Amino acid sequence: MSFASNHPARREDAKVMNRAELTRRLVARLHHDEAVIGGIGFANFDLWGAGQRPQNFYMLGSMGLAVPIALGVAIAQPARRVVALEGDGSILMQLGALATVAGRRAANLIVVIWDNGAYQITGGQPTAAAEVADIAAIARGAGIAKSAWAADEGDFEEMIARALTEDGPWLIACRIDQARPDSTTERDPARIRDRFMRGIGARH
Amino acid sequence: MPESVPWHQTAVAVLKRHDVRLVTYVPDNVLRPLIEAVHADPFFTAFATTREEEALGIVAGAWMGGTRGILLMQTSGFATLPNVIASLAVPFQIPVLMMVSERGTLGEFNLGQALVAKTMRPVLDSLALEHHTLTRADEVEFVLDRSIRQAVATQAPVCFILSPLLTGGKVFAA
Ligand SMILES: Cc1ncc(C[n+]2csc(CCOP(=O)(O)OP(=O)(O)O)c2C)c(N)n1
Repeated sequence: MSFASNHPARREDAKVMNRAELTRRLVARLHHDEAVIGGIGFANFDLWGAGQRPQNFYMLGSMGLAVPIALGVAIAQPARRVVALEGDGSILMQLGALATVAGRRAANLIVVIWDNGAYQITGGQPTAAAEVADIAAIARGAGIAKSAWAADEGDFEEMIARALTEDGPWLIACRIDQARPDSTTERDPARIRDRFMRGIGARH
Repeated sequence: MPESVPWHQTAVAVLKRHDVRLVTYVPDNVLRPLIEAVHADPFFTAFATTREEEALGIVAGAWMGGTRGILLMQTSGFATLPNVIASLAVPFQIPVLMMVSERGTLGEFNLGQALVAKTMRPVLDSLALEHHTLTRADEVEFVLDRSIRQAVATQAPVCFILSPLLTGGKVFAA
């Protein structure tokens, strides 16, 4: 049976969850210095809020590049799991990156999509995901077979646990509510980059 | 005069010397010999991306993970990059290496290419980015070698522009 068939078939069938809570649940499962790339929008705010691990990289611009940056880290460090956290608006801007990830067969890469159906940080304008676009299905079409909607929080945790041990690439799509993050990422790019490089052992 | 080494052979040698292992690109006809050379050499991990922004993001991530990389593109591809250079490579101090095959000049036949090409150096200058236009095969070694050293030492991107004077460019097949 395919990976997707054990999970909600459509976006509408997935539970609407909270990004901050899911981010905390994800981070709590990281025990091997996994790298995490927080995309622009609120993805990186909630990553910051979940505790400032040195293995976290927070984007301050370059909308849509969380997945490419994560793929680069994953290529450089094949023994480390790398997670990209990206909003629906952001991934819709760089859908080709999903085809590249599939083409590279990036076994150590996990893409998590926080789909609130909106460009929330810029005022909540609806994205195509709100009405028509199914990002988990798009990713499968791009060649990422292990792509599915998380049914609920427990399902999300099980999917993450699998993705941390079995070969990917993985895409885990989550429906997200409209709650705003309660912390703000510190905006010091040189420091973020240096801490990240030390956190993943690329610099001593 | 002795036969000079083709620019792409020199480029491969300098990239290897500096341990630049990752090559991401959106193809261009003039870059073909270099693209073919890096695909043929197991030292390199080389692949096409769907957009140049993506190619830059991958090289940036790989640098942070400890692997050096370069992205290859044509002039029109560079024109899609200012936002990610200015919001990722420069502020985060990531020495992204870029190589651009210069279209739009010295015999261009496509007006769109000619206009896009006019934006390239003003963009590079407005970001205060180091860039060099390569016109002669005998300068390729020096420019690439010194500039890669400088990019790494100063943690700043660099852009190499391959002039048709070096590569022959692309000519209109009438
Ligand atoms: C190229 C580019 N276009 C537009 C913006 C403005 N912008 C910043 S974040 C954002 C929305 C991000 O939406 P999403 O990824 O869904 O995240 P959310 O805000 O919902 O957390 C936009 C449009 C930008 N920073 N860069």
